[in-house]
Amino acid sequence: MTSSFTDRLLGRVKLTGWVSLAAPLLAILFAAVVTSIVLSLTGNPVLDTFVTMVDYGSQPRSLVLILNYATTYYLSALAVALGFRMNLFNIGVDGQYRLAGLVAAAVGGAVTLPAPFHPILIILVAMLVGAAWAGIAGILKATRGVSEVISTIMLNTIATGLGAYLLAEWAVPIAGGNNIGTTPIAASGHVPGVALVPGSSLKVFGLIFLAVAVGIGFHVLLNKTRFGFDLRATGRSEQAAVASGVNVKRMVVYAMLISGGMAGLIGMPQLLGEAYSYSLNFQAGLGFTGIAIALLGRNNPVGIAFGALLWGFLDVSSNILDLHKISPEIVTIMQGVIVLSVVIAYELAHRYSVVAEQKRVSRELAGAAPTPEKEGAAA
Amino acid sequence: MIPTGPLGTLTQEASISTETTVSEVAVQLEGITKRFPGVVANRDIHLTVQKGHIHAIVGENGAGKSTLMKILYGMQRPDEGEIRVNGTPVTFHTPGDAISAGIGMVHQHFMLADNLTVLENVILGSEPKKGGLALDFAAARTKIRQISDAYGLGIDPDALVEDIGVGARQRVEILKVLYRGARILILDEPTAVLVPHEVDELFDNLHGLVREGITIIFISHHLDEVLKVADAITVIRRGTTVAEVNPEGVTARQLAELMVGSELPSPETRESTVTDVVALEVEGLTMAAGTWRPIPKGTPASFYMDRMRQEGGRLLLADVSLTIHKGEVLGIAGVEGNGQAELVEAIMGMRPAAGVVRLDGVEITDWTTLRRRDAGIGYIPEDRHRHGLLLEAPLWENRILGHMTEKVNVRGWWINRKGARADTQRIVDQYDVRTPGIDVFASALSGGNQQKLIVGREMSGEPKLLIAAHPTRGVDVGAQAAIWDHLRTARAAGLAVLLISADLDELIGLSDWLKVIHRGEIVAEFDPATVTPEQLGSAMTGAGEEA
Repeated sequence: MTSSFTDRLLGRVKLTGWVSLAAPLLAILFAAVVTSIVLSLTGNPVLDTFVTMVDYGSQPRSLVLILNYATTYYLSALAVALGFRMNLFNIGVDGQYRLAGLVAAAVGGAVTLPAPFHPILIILVAMLVGAAWAGIAGILKATRGVSEVISTIMLNTIATGLGAYLLAEWAVPIAGGNNIGTTPIAASGHVPGVALVPGSSLKVFGLIFLAVAVGIGFHVLLNKTRFGFDLRATGRSEQAAVASGVNVKRMVVYAMLISGGMAGLIGMPQLLGEAYSYSLNFQAGLGFTGIAIALLGRNNPVGIAFGALLWGFLDVSSNILDLHKISPEIVTIMQGVIVLSVVIAYELAHRYSVVAEQKRVSRELAGAAPTPEKEGAAA
Repeated sequence: MIPTGPLGTLTQEASISTETTVSEVAVQLEGITKRFPGVVANRDIHLTVQKGHIHAIVGENGAGKSTLMKILYGMQRPDEGEIRVNGTPVTFHTPGDAISAGIGMVHQHFMLADNLTVLENVILGSEPKKGGLALDFAAARTKIRQISDAYGLGIDPDALVEDIGVGARQRVEILKVLYRGARILILDEPTAVLVPHEVDELFDNLHGLVREGITIIFISHHLDEVLKVADAITVIRRGTTVAEVNPEGVTARQLAELMVGSELPSPETRESTVTDVVALEVEGLTMAAGTWRPIPKGTPASFYMDRMRQEGGRLLLADVSLTIHKGEVLGIAGVEGNGQAELVEAIMGMRPAAGVVRLDGVEITDWTTLRRRDAGIGYIPEDRHRHGLLLEAPLWENRILGHMTEKVNVRGWWINRKGARADTQRIVDQYDVRTPGIDVFASALSGGNQQKLIVGREMSGEPKLLIAAHPTRGVDVGAQAAIWDHLRTARAAGLAVLLISADLDELIGLSDWLKVIHRGEIVAEFDPATVTPEQLGSAMTGAGEEA
């Protein structure tokens, strides 16, 4: 079908393909503009700052770091996205992964198993703890109608307190400082890194492959299975799902369990690839980063992968800014603006493509089979 | 102000007419016409409401009452015609304009914040200011007391809304409108949510209001109530005013006939396909408004109903029993909101209810919705956008919706994408769904084509029972005929159909037997071949009790 510029302008042709790509790019561009304004207002060189960031961020050492950051971010965002696809707001990913990481590290430190089974056990424990913690919110929602937003936020706080208590109970001092942590996991439980990036001695987390597998699993589960269909149907229209015989309450519990299980994985690349012990400086707040990246990636495994890499790049390259006497918080501003503008851009693109599709259909019908009776106008 | 409205210009169909009085005219509508794409909602409406009267507007659902009231309240603008308030021609762009002209509306569903007090609810949106910033609660409280005393509403401004009863809430709604200076009140179905003694209280209040010079426009289809309270009655049918009658000289039956029309469509002569094999059996289905409490199995519905009534609850369904045979279409007639939706949802297992449901002799009362669908119940929901479709999903995914266990759609745990797509194409071809393909979103199709897709989907998998709720609502004439044909064909093939409709053409044209539902009860049943409009109208509006 040939279409003129006005056709495209007035939405007479389907533009979903490039609109869905253009929306995030425009949003990132917009965020860059806002950041530029902030930079110039604070008296910093705009162009130099960006060039410095890109320069630093593209060095082999930085690339490894970006991949490692992105691995955890990716898992976190997938955990959030699974809930989002069903209109469930699992704000509690943060508490779920921290508690899961702590218990899994403690179990991993306490036992010794042959190599392949040791890390598998630790990962399974983490998933179980994450799922159980998220499951509380799921059961509360299904049985008592408690909003999962409220309950997961509260569970986050409880997880922080419970974590501190458990850590104090199980902790041993870590050599070479005043840090405390769980008993280090024996070598049999480590997942060795892989040298993916030439030119750097740093290694990429071995569990990056697990993250990729989870991404593929996410896609398959949602798009190829009956469970995924029920889940997406519930997310699109709960009433239609009920009328179609989907047991929405059960779906809520299952979705929370799966989301929590995935959240349990978030701490694993770090724990099994580098730290080997859950200590006071175990990274916190990843669950909230995951929410931002899930929005950025439109709850789609491929989109989230790009979002996670972008986030990793921004985080890593912000490290150089201090040396140039520029506040690294500029990157936080940029991340915030990206999320906001992406959400708005997606909404606009979405409305646009719905209207465009309707116009396209009526146009194609009118063109293909001109019906004598007045059809479509009345209905 | 001098009354200017010429009276007696009404299209008179009934022999009874009001005398032209010398009293003032509060509202006059002249030749109001409102068109929506493809339909004329109001056509040449004439209405004259005297000041200080309770003027009732009666008509079936879909007759155009709501549109007319929306026009009068500034929510919609008429395409033609003139509105005069107190003799002055007015043009309303928003409800705000109507309020400043002294017209207020009390909606059927209350719009009150439960966690605020009466006072806070009343002033919400028109707060009296003190010194520019602070709220002047004292002045508001005094004003509310004054209004409440003047009209005998008996409202305590400091009570929490969640603590007061339904009748009192309605009086708060009325007070809210009076507070804003309205002298003309539109009440939309005010008795729908009330129990009988509250209705009487409301009528006392309404009489109190008119004594003080307030004019009331009262919309209802409960004819007994209308006759009891109204000073004048206007009947609307198919979008236009067909008669203005004086309640003194008319019976509920005559009014019902005016509402329904004097001629019913004649059922098509055709072979009966009704067999003596029972497909669906419903016994004593009972559902209360509000929260549902389980009752012990085997407890008769009457016991449950008595208990509910003692507690002052309202029953949405009261002891409904029905039987549908294979090859039979059972039509449920009734004014909307009398329990039809609840009946369907109870049979589908979407809402808990007391009573017994059997499909093909097997009790399915405790089954989930999916299991019921699986066992062979097809369901064409009343609201296809909310219950029947995933609007933002492609057609082939909509084919799977509600049929997640059918072989063509799934293989074990997996979605059978190929099978579902092929079967969607079959439906598109067989049911003449006009679409460029099966990958477009359902939202892109016209209403008629969406409905044809749903009908095709629900007919597949050889259902034993089809529940069709308003199957041709909002679809064009071509699609309507096609859907009726499909229903007839399926019926001939032995399908049992429960048909719920507000369209008498549809009900009489398709049904083998008619039952009438009113306030959650089956109040009458008729053979569609012999039923008269008078009988049907009386039963639907609850006017037939005395005969």
